[in-house]
Amino acid sequence: MPENKSPDPEKPNLLPHTISLFLTLSVFWLLNSGHYTLLILSLGLISIALVLYIAHRMDVVDHESQPLHLTLKIPGYFLWLTKEMILSNISVVKHIWLGNETISPVLTTIKANQKTDMGKVIYANSITLTPGTVAVDLVGDQITVHAISRENIAALQAGEMDRRVCRLED
Amino acid sequence: MELIVDISSALCLLLGSFLCLSGGVGIMRLPDFYTRMHAVGVTDTLGAGLILIGLMLQNPEGLVEIKLLLILVMTLFISPVASHALAKAALRNHLVPLSDRNENNGGTESSKP
Repeated sequence: MPENKSPDPEKPNLLPHTISLFLTLSVFWLLNSGHYTLLILSLGLISIALVLYIAHRMDVVDHESQPLHLTLKIPGYFLWLTKEMILSNISVVKHIWLGNETISPVLTTIKANQKTDMGKVIYANSITLTPGTVAVDLVGDQITVHAISRENIAALQAGEMDRRVCRLED
Repeated sequence: MELIVDISSALCLLLGSFLCLSGGVGIMRLPDFYTRMHAVGVTDTLGAGLILIGLMLQNPEGLVEIKLLLILVMTLFISPVASHALAKAALRNHLVPLSDRNENNGGTESSKP
């Protein structure tokens, strides 16, 4: 709804985000196509231009769809998240094969200490991505989490992941 | 060199298949909707990931590898969103998780036969 948007003076500079979206789309297109004749390339350019135009009309080109400020910090976090994912995969597989006596499902709320929406979304999605815990709801700074066993909740309450996502923000 | 790549590819595929199988067994075996969702998480993340890595090693050059990598990245971004939507829909429709049901003791009947 355009009438709800804030007036121009507060509007942030969107040029870096547009360029980033253009580059991402170009790389995506080139890698997926594999045909590099002039006709196909120009068709690709036209479609990218069309997508950029539509994205601008939809007003989705901003720091949330193109989180440029995370570029340097996110690879380290992904590495750590991969390690966590492998560990929790092992624990869930263990629960599956050892049977229902070993699980202790809990539904509880934990606190997200992130300041921005982006940080909270990264935190909640990381919780869901690691097997054994699923973020069910996010209201304010409270995340409702369902976990397959109490240890998972204890690990989340220890706050290692929370701290790492907080560090991404600043 | 080729032998090492082949062996690691086979290992990744085997391990990935085992994890996917575990996910399937989990869906049959775990007691309620929410816990079953955790079993699906295994298939979604490391199961699919290892199989895709194994396939990448089968064809170490060319665009195919990048496409497989794209599939992997997409899965890792999309599957938590899907799990979250499922869980939220279940909770909104008052499907009570197992642990709470046990503590309430007898108010609602268990859905398990």
